Amino acid sequence: MTSIATMPRTETMMLNLGPQHPSTHGVLRVLLELDGELIVRADPDIGYLHRGIEKLCEYRTYHKCMPLMNRLDYLAGEANNFGFCLAVEKLLGIEVPKRAQYIRVMLAELTRIASHLFWLGTHGHDLGAMTPLFYAFREREKIMDLCEMVSGGRLFPLYFRIGGLAADLPAGFLPAVWDFVKTFDEKWQDYDTLLTENEIWKERTVGVGVMTAEEALDWGWSGPMARGSGVDWDLRRDNPYSSYEEFEFEVPLGTKAGDTYSRYLVRMAEMLQSNRIVRQVLENLPDGPVKVDDPRVSLPPKERVYTDIA
Amino acid sequence: MNAAVALLQAKFPDEIVEVTEFRGDTTVTLKPERLVDICRLLKDDPETSFHYLSMIAGMDYSPQSPRFGVVYNLYSHKNHDRLTLKVFLTDDRTPVVDSVTSVWSTATWHEREAYDLLGIRFKGHPDLRRILMPPDWVGHPLRKDYPLKGK
Repeated sequence: MTSIATMPRTETMMLNLGPQHPSTHGVLRVLLELDGELIVRADPDIGYLHRGIEKLCEYRTYHKCMPLMNRLDYLAGEANNFGFCLAVEKLLGIEVPKRAQYIRVMLAELTRIASHLFWLGTHGHDLGAMTPLFYAFREREKIMDLCEMVSGGRLFPLYFRIGGLAADLPAGFLPAVWDFVKTFDEKWQDYDTLLTENEIWKERTVGVGVMTAEEALDWGWSGPMARGSGVDWDLRRDNPYSSYEEFEFEVPLGTKAGDTYSRYLVRMAEMLQSNRIVRQVLENLPDGPVKVDDPRVSLPPKERVYTDIA
Repeated sequence: MNAAVALLQAKFPDEIVEVTEFRGDTTVTLKPERLVDICRLLKDDPETSFHYLSMIAGMDYSPQSPRFGVVYNLYSHKNHDRLTLKVFLTDDRTPVVDSVTSVWSTATWHEREAYDLLGIRFKGHPDLRRILMPPDWVGHPLRKDYPLKGK
């Protein structure tokens, strides 16, 4: 029998992970300290995509900041413009017309689905499941088309404006959203069938990367990341804005175990809830203006521009 | 009145410089000396229960003096409300304030960011080094006297 004294000496190993090329997802460098296959220490280097947007905004008016905002998270461009608009509108004391509020909610939820689909495809791919990527991108493409209809841009839609929207919805947009809404739940089954009860998938996600609810809050986690740990928190429900209080939806918490699998379940369920919200917008979309009548942020209607601009 | 403001007025009356309300948001400006004690109280008190630090923002109010400030955005999941704390730093040349990393772990990265981009030092931070800019970068890009397009 080998005694401890004659065992080979072991030590941890440093491994440099990344950085990847800027066009790949998740540009990040992490210095890893490994003990066999276990990571015992990680030092993330997060600055590779730092673009100095705050500095760029120093010399811009609020309106000119808009194209920068949808680049903050280029998988959910409209959601970032949404947040920026809400902040500026709060500063100015502006109440956006109801129709614009509803359309913003619709686009924010469609964008959430698109972002989650991108996550689903690449997450699966990273863990060795190639097929879900093709299914996820099939539906994501439909949402990109919808973004293009309202703004001309796909990844970088620029449809929101401080005070409302750039223009009312183009002809044919609402029927196109209906097509998406009616078919998405069924398409979603494809991803669910491929992964949720898949033994290999569960082997690679259950019990991995565990974060308790208390740790999640202490480390400033939010959104689906925190909800996967059982933190029952959603600003759309708890501090509603843009008429979110008028929509019915649930806040999924997965298994609450705080592992990768629970976060997977949260995002999967959130896509269905978002689709549910989009459907409610379509059913209840009010008529009316899409931009606030406030000369600080809005031009007057075309027929009045020659008389009403001081 | 806001429960957190009432608590601070009862426990730390001499530390409060100003309380402001703006469209439903409460901001308490504090003297910087007892910041950590105040943060711990706001977190541990069962009534206020600010277990969540949303973010820390370093501020450069140049050419005003005191020039530098630090803003803390807190959130309470118990009450679903927010509180903003603000401190102004007395030294315009070498701004420094106590670190709140012992209260909220997430402060480590936020304070590194304020240090990296504005050159504000956080006393008691376990690992105060740049977080976004390269380690050998000279200067702090978000300072108002830092040029927008190079030198």
